[in-house]
Order: sequence, then C-alpha cells, then structure tokens
Amino acid sequence: MIARLLAGAALAALAVGSAQAQQGKISGDVVKIGVLNDRSGLYADLGGEGSVVAVRMAVEEVGGKILGKPIEVIAADHQNKPDIGSNLSREWIDRDGVDVIVDVPNSGVALAVQEVTREKKKLFLMQGPATSRLTGDACSPTGFHWAYDTRALAVGTGQAIVKEGGKSWFFLTADYAFGHQLETDTAAQVKKAGGTVVGAVRAPLNTADFSSFLLQAQSSGAQVIGLANAGGDTITSIKQASEFGLTQSGQQKLAGLLIFLSDVHALGLQVAQDLVLTTGFYWDMDDEKRAWSEKYKAKTGKMPTMVQAGSYSSVKHYLKAIEAAGTDDGPTVAAKMKEMPVNDMFAKNGKILPNGRMVHDMYLARVKKPSESKGPWDYYEIIRTIPGDEAFATMAESGCKLPG
Amino acid sequence: MSTIFGIPPQALFGQLLLGLINGSFYALLSLGLAVIFGMLNVINFAHGALYMLGAFVAWLLLTMAGIGYWWALLLAPLVVGAFGVILEKTLLSRLYKLDHLYGLLLTFGLALIVEGVFRHFYGVSGQPYPIPDLLRGGQNLGFMFLPNYRGWVVVASLVVCLATWYAIERTKLGAYLRAATENPVLVQAFGINVPLMITATYGFGVALAGLAGVLAAPIYQVSPLMGSNLIIVVFAVVVIGGMGSILGAVLTGYGLGLLEGLTKVFYPEASNIVVFVIMAVVLLIKPAGLFGRER
Repeated sequence: MIARLLAGAALAALAVGSAQAQQGKISGDVVKIGVLNDRSGLYADLGGEGSVVAVRMAVEEVGGKILGKPIEVIAADHQNKPDIGSNLSREWIDRDGVDVIVDVPNSGVALAVQEVTREKKKLFLMQGPATSRLTGDACSPTGFHWAYDTRALAVGTGQAIVKEGGKSWFFLTADYAFGHQLETDTAAQVKKAGGTVVGAVRAPLNTADFSSFLLQAQSSGAQVIGLANAGGDTITSIKQASEFGLTQSGQQKLAGLLIFLSDVHALGLQVAQDLVLTTGFYWDMDDEKRAWSEKYKAKTGKMPTMVQAGSYSSVKHYLKAIEAAGTDDGPTVAAKMKEMPVNDMFAKNGKILPNGRMVHDMYLARVKKPSESKGPWDYYEIIRTIPGDEAFATMAESGCKLPG
Repeated sequence: MSTIFGIPPQALFGQLLLGLINGSFYALLSLGLAVIFGMLNVINFAHGALYMLGAFVAWLLLTMAGIGYWWALLLAPLVVGAFGVILEKTLLSRLYKLDHLYGLLLTFGLALIVEGVFRHFYGVSGQPYPIPDLLRGGQNLGFMFLPNYRGWVVVASLVVCLATWYAIERTKLGAYLRAATENPVLVQAFGINVPLMITATYGFGVALAGLAGVLAAPIYQVSPLMGSNLIIVVFAVVVIGGMGSILGAVLTGYGLGLLEGLTKVFYPEASNIVVFVIMAVVLLIKPAGLFGRER
C-alpha cells in the first residue's frame, strides 16, 4: 500500500515537472542573442555590422518574439584578440544573460569563446571562424559550425586546382590558428590528389606589404601559390601578386583558399578575375537566395557574404529549435537543433553532425572577367557543387571526442 | 648555386630592394614627423591619418572627378596641407604653451576621428586604385621582377627627401626656421613672422604625409586602416633616428626598411617586431636616438 502511494506521488511529481517544461521556460524572460565579431579591423567587411543586420532579419521574421517572450540582439567588437573575446563572452553570459553567441570570425578568438560557451552550457553559432578544429579536437556539445571550414575549403579549391594540373604548391600562410589549419588541411588534400608541397612562408596577421613573401613564393618555383589567409590580408596579397607579375607570366597560379564576396568587391574584377574559390553561399544562385539577398542589400547597400547569410540561417534554426523544445536551456536546444534538418534559403537539407558541424553543399566558383559581369555584385560563376558529405569531415574523421 | 648564409643571392638582393622600397615610405613619413617635431615640438600622432587622407583624396579625385594620378600627386598634398593649416590655426596653436603631452593627445584624438569617419563611410576592405598607365609593367632584373611603379616610388621619395633636407639645412628660409625654433622671440624681433612660419611648417609636414599617401595608393588598398598600420613603425623610426633630426629620420627610414627586408628572409615571423627590438636596443645605448641630440 505504502509502496503504491509512493509510486503514485513520484509519478505525480514527474507529471508536474514535464508540464513545467512544456509551458515554456525562457531564462530571464528574454532570449538574448550576442553577435561578437570584428567590427573595425581587417575582417569587419565580411562579417561585422552585416552579420548583426542578418541576425535581426531572422528575429524580425519570427515577429521579434519566441514562446511569448521578446528576443533581443546585442553586438560587440572582439578586435581579433582572444582575451577580449573570451572576457566579453563571459560578461555577456554571466552578467547580461546572453543565451547564444553568434559569428566570431578569427579562429583564435573562436577557440577561446568555444571554451567559455562549453563551460557555461550556452550556444555558440559560428560563421566567421574557419578552423576545422572547432568541430574536431576542440568540439563542444553546444557549439555549431555553420557556413564553412578549412577542410571544406581545402577539398574544394585544393583538389580542383590539382586536378587542373597545379601539382606543386607553395603556401603563403597567415601566422595564427586559422592560417596554420588551412595550410595543414589543404596540404593534406593536395597530397591526396597527387600533388606536392614544396614550401611555405608564415606572414604575420594584418601585413601591409606581402611583396617579400610573394618573392619567396616566386623563387620556390611552385606551380601554385596557395593563399592561406583571409580578408584584408588576402586582398593585399592578391593585389601585390598582380603588381609583381606573378600570374601574368603564366608559370604560377594563385589559389585563394578563403575568399569572400566582400574581398572580390574590394579588389575589383580587373585584379580578381579567374580566381578559383570555394564558398558556402552565393546570392545569385536561385530565387530564394536572390530575394533574401535583395532584402539584405536594401538595409546595408551590399550583397551578403557567406558569413552574413549563414548568421541569418543559424539564428533562424536556433529560434525554431527553441520553439520545438519549449525552452532556451542550452543543452536541450542544442540537442533539438541536431535533430532537425536545416531547410532555408541558405541550405537545402542541411544536417548537423553530433560534433556540431552543419553539413550542407558547398560551391566551387570562378571569379568572372570584367567583360562577363553584367553589373555590380555579379561576380561568380558557379563551376561545381561539392556535396556536403564530400566537403565536410565525417564525425569519425573529425577527431571530436563527443559521444556520436 | 652558391648561397649567402644559406639564402640564394637572388632572394637576398630581391629582399634588399624591397626593403629599400618600404624604407622610402618610412623615410617620407618620418621626415614629415621630424620636421613637425623639430619646428613645433608637437608629436603629430595624426600623421598616419593624414597619410590615409592623402590616399583617399587621390581616390576621390579619380572616382568623383576623373582626375588621374599625376594631378593627384600635386593636388592631394595641397588638400591635405590645407587641412593641416586649418588644424594648426584652430586647434594646435592653442597648445604650444602647454606640455608636449597635450599636443600628442589632441593629434591622437584627431587621428581616431578622421579614421572613424572614413571607416564609417568606406568600410575596411579598402578601395582599389589602379597603377597609372605610364608605370605599368616592370623590369626583369635577373634576380627579381621589379614593378616600374615601385622603382618610381624609390626615386620620387629620394628626391623629395633630399630637397627637404636641402631646404632646411642649406637655404636662408631654412636658417630662419631653425633659428625660430631656438629662440622665437629674438627671431620675431628681427621682423620675421614666426607664427606664419610655424603654420607653414605644419602644413608642409602634413603635405609630405599626403604625398606619401598618394604614392602608396596604387600599391596598397586605399583603406581607412592604412595609416594606423604604418604609424607605429614610423614612430619607432623617428625615435631611433632621433626626434627632430631630419637626416636621422631619412637615413633610419631607409635603413630599417632594409633591415625589415632581411628579417623577412631569415625569420619572417619576426618581421613585425624587428623595428621595435632595434628601438629598444638603441634607446638603451643612445637615449636621444642615433642622430638626435640631448635637449
């Protein structure tokens, strides 16, 4: 009799507990989204305020509210410094009740923020950072890597160029976490495709003059000079390579391993023409992407980069997951996000691996010649779709120790 | 093939030449800083921003008015110089009686404002500025490919540096200027308009920065960050050369450019900091800098 009574009480308690969960539980009665990125330095144009605008667009689409509670978006500049990035995210989470951190370009900063969000069990939606370590040895149960990573870039551009006959490679590498990983991943793909790596030079981040490094690349005699850098550094190195006649001679070819739409815009087609690149998003691919991008352009005056479009997509998916889970509790929402397929203007039938890698199709593109471009922002010709499963590492390959 | 310290001679000479080219910018910018410090006793932190302004004026002239590189080479320094004159008349001239530090803070604030405004309107990726048609292409020197434009930058900066040095050290006007910095009251008593001379000097110093900006535009992206990227190195150059020493600024500018080039051959990771290591060493041994004198 007593046993039955106790069991009944336990069942009742359970029922109350689950009822509470279903009622909707939003911590602090607000869902707070913090966009943390480079807002003033060499990566500001590829993410920056544009990512904030894209996140706001996702919030507006759900009416600014979720489960009856308001959604708030705040933003800050991490100045490409890991210490500033991790301090800001700690303050945001502890003091301001931020539920999710978005974007965080610069792999060095992202690795630091990943540690903070893992410890605090908050979500981290990564767009800007590239290093594949974020879903590899540094993976987190609440970290999501969305738009692209070094492995996908290596598969796309690296393999494509070796297949075209660019067998020997020399790397010009940004000297920090991102550059090293991109060089490592690309070198692996180049070797896999039958090419060789003859050497590499490491240039400090935010270098104004690449001519010395380009000269070393030139004297190496390699057929392909792989630019394992990004943003302002890529722009400067491509511009100066053209000045030094590296590519005109026809003996050497530049491979921009990470090139954003904003970089091509800044370089102009005259200098950027014929570069082969890998991207996760291009605005002019289908009606849905065009429609969204035009809306974005009306707000910012520019077309979105894959980072900015990805920020929209990941936040939209996050909000859907809160709706479905009935709570904004970090681990619960993270698990829900991994259950649901990603279907929006950014990705079709995207899926999220247990390590947080969002697997979607990537695209190999060629920058158009000035004569082929029909107008502003008409920059890419898509050469090939790289299926998601080919572009991204599997859970087993990634080296992530989370339970798969 | 023989090598020098394990580096093929081609690469070594190539890097030295590149170092000379970078040194041209250092020299041109630190020359302006030295002239301003020597005559006005103002540490002009806005120098980098004014260099950036020079590049932007050239870019705006090209895109808005279709005025090309050669005219920009003349017009942009004039515009930047005029802007400098306004700054000096309205703001800097009020600070001469106060400590150095106030001038430094004021110009630092100005630099932040000017850069912030341009960043707001033009973003950070920068704007492309084409190399003028006349200087396209390059020469194959055997050990390296020298773009014609970079050769032109070396020549132009050498000429400007020499002419400035000559004007200040060897002409009557230069003698007045130097006298006015030693004893402005006495010089004024001789009937020379010292305030006007000071204004003109500041205008000239920042015009040099503007000129360097135009020269740099076709090499780098015309970007709001270009000044702040360079200014710290240039300050180190001026400190090493000796604050206010014209000859010191020019020689150290070229010298450090060469040294940086060498570092890029032997240990590229250190190329960003080698200048500051040298600065630390020089300050330990000669606190007034290589060519400076104790004040």
